[in-house]
Amino acid sequence: MPTWAQFVLLSAAKSVVVIIILLTAVAYAVWLERKVVGRMQNRWGPTRVGPFGLLQPLADGIKFILKEDIIPTNVYKPLYIAAPMISVALALMSIAVVPFGEQLRFGSFSTPAQITDVNVALLVLLGVTSVAVYGVALAGWSSNSKYSLLGSLRASAQMVSYEASLGLSLIGVLLLSGSLSLREIVNGQSGTYFGFLPRWNFFPQFIAFFVYLTAAFAETNRIPFDLPEAETELVAGYHTEYSSMKFAMFFMAEYTNMFTVACVGTLLFFGGWHGPALTFLPMVVQSFVPLFWFAFKIFLFLFLYIWIRGTLPRFRYDQLMAFGWKVLLPIALANIVLTSLYIGLTTP
Amino acid sequence: MMNTVPISWYLVLSAVLFACGVTGFIIKRNIITIFMSIELMLNAVNLSFVAFAYQWKQLNGEVFVFFVMVVAAAEAAVGLAIIISVFRTRETLSVDKVDLLKL
Amino acid sequence: MMHTVLFIIFAVVCVAAAINLLAQRHPINSALSLIVVMGSLALLYLLLGAEFVAAVQIIIYAGAIMVLFVFTIMLLNAGEEELSKSSRVAIVFGVPAVAVIVAALAYILSRGAGTAALGDFIGGPKEIGRLLFRDFLLPFEVTSVLILIAIMGAVVLARREER
Repeated sequence: MPTWAQFVLLSAAKSVVVIIILLTAVAYAVWLERKVVGRMQNRWGPTRVGPFGLLQPLADGIKFILKEDIIPTNVYKPLYIAAPMISVALALMSIAVVPFGEQLRFGSFSTPAQITDVNVALLVLLGVTSVAVYGVALAGWSSNSKYSLLGSLRASAQMVSYEASLGLSLIGVLLLSGSLSLREIVNGQSGTYFGFLPRWNFFPQFIAFFVYLTAAFAETNRIPFDLPEAETELVAGYHTEYSSMKFAMFFMAEYTNMFTVACVGTLLFFGGWHGPALTFLPMVVQSFVPLFWFAFKIFLFLFLYIWIRGTLPRFRYDQLMAFGWKVLLPIALANIVLTSLYIGLTTP
Repeated sequence: MMNTVPISWYLVLSAVLFACGVTGFIIKRNIITIFMSIELMLNAVNLSFVAFAYQWKQLNGEVFVFFVMVVAAAEAAVGLAIIISVFRTRETLSVDKVDLLKL
Repeated sequence: MMHTVLFIIFAVVCVAAAINLLAQRHPINSALSLIVVMGSLALLYLLLGAEFVAAVQIIIYAGAIMVLFVFTIMLLNAGEEELSKSSRVAIVFGVPAVAVIVAALAYILSRGAGTAALGDFIGGPKEIGRLLFRDFLLPFEVTSVLILIAIMGAVVLARREER
């Protein structure tokens, strides 16, 4: 078999595996969210389908597929149909450059635990994030409904504004690690500070992490920045007119983006798959320990998401814009200046 | 087994794109689309910059692309602001109807 | 082989989208075709080894400039354009004239030498940064002033006057 065919096959196989795992994880993230928010609000969350409501995602999926797919009369059809696809495709695309661990070994065959290893992976991620606005913007515009249009105008303005802070917050980390490749950034975080503190970028860059987290919440349209959806004001925002699978696609895109943001946060600030070695485990399990740490950190991130959803109220729109431009952006810039000053003074 | 592409193909592609931009600039009557044609021309020029950078193995061409992008971004910001204020006063986007210096 | 095939695919997508930009009446369709052009141009840059330029092309052009365009189109709710007399004249005379010029240009350009192979010249962020912050430092700083002026201009122009 020629090398390029091997390459194509391997990449396709990896993509399929990653997408299946990701979508399952997305379904269970929804379950987790309903469960945790339920507990926070003194309810049970889903309990009926399966033990602890564990089969609820399956039931939801079946329901989404079987519902009638309504296309309202006055929508601009090509874009109305394309918008959810754009959203979900871009959301899935960004996971392609995310590394999940070091080499995966199956006997003599080994392959990096990542779909593609790109030199400028972080820029690719930023690029995909910045293009993701179109799904939301077009959905609102093509729906030809005032709630959708308002929702999507809000969403695109919000995403464009917070993208600046998001990008700038990453620069501090880049300055420290001197690479745009996610794998190298993670490898730069192995080892410890002073012998006990893990060498995570979070410790020197906690300001950047705060900015990143806030901007990421805004990018994924989560509470407290879920203005584009704002049920009480805009019905459902940009996806008001969507039903059935098309709505499910937006839903999937939103949760997939949450996962991507959690992955990037873990990789950049929390040492990715590095963690205690767990040497007491048998050799076969050993190679999966990095994957376990990675998944565990992502789980904590998701829990933080849900926790904040259960805690904070929604911002007002002018507060949101003022916060993004007048607070977050200056903090991000100050962090860059401080970091580069530190690096400039310490390197001979 | 041909594993290379002549640089001239890239240049021809750039010329074709530039021509599309020029054509759009001439035939379109919507001021936003005209503006987009200008962006298309800038993009075409960028492609030839990158192709030349490759040909001479010098990154200066690629650096130039950044300056073009910065200019394009500044231009888009100001241009769209002008379009919005024109639309506010004239309520039209057709360039044929915006032919008076004073309203 | 790989390079040729990829080049042809993206070049065809690029040109098709550019022509679609001209053919579409509604500005939002034109804007979307322009985004497709920019996306495939980014992939062509990758083929030429310009990794960083490709990424920046997507982030700045597709992700920022075109968002502004789409945003403006949505905000003004621009409808389909109608062709006027002068634009018909432009089509009748302009398109052939442009076609002739392109044919001449293509003939001249296609005699140029040099070929591009995959991966033998990489414009990574490090090299570009070095060039940008050493040799081109002054122009780089001047562009920041340009952007500042553009921001202020945009704010002044788009602000509603209060009386």
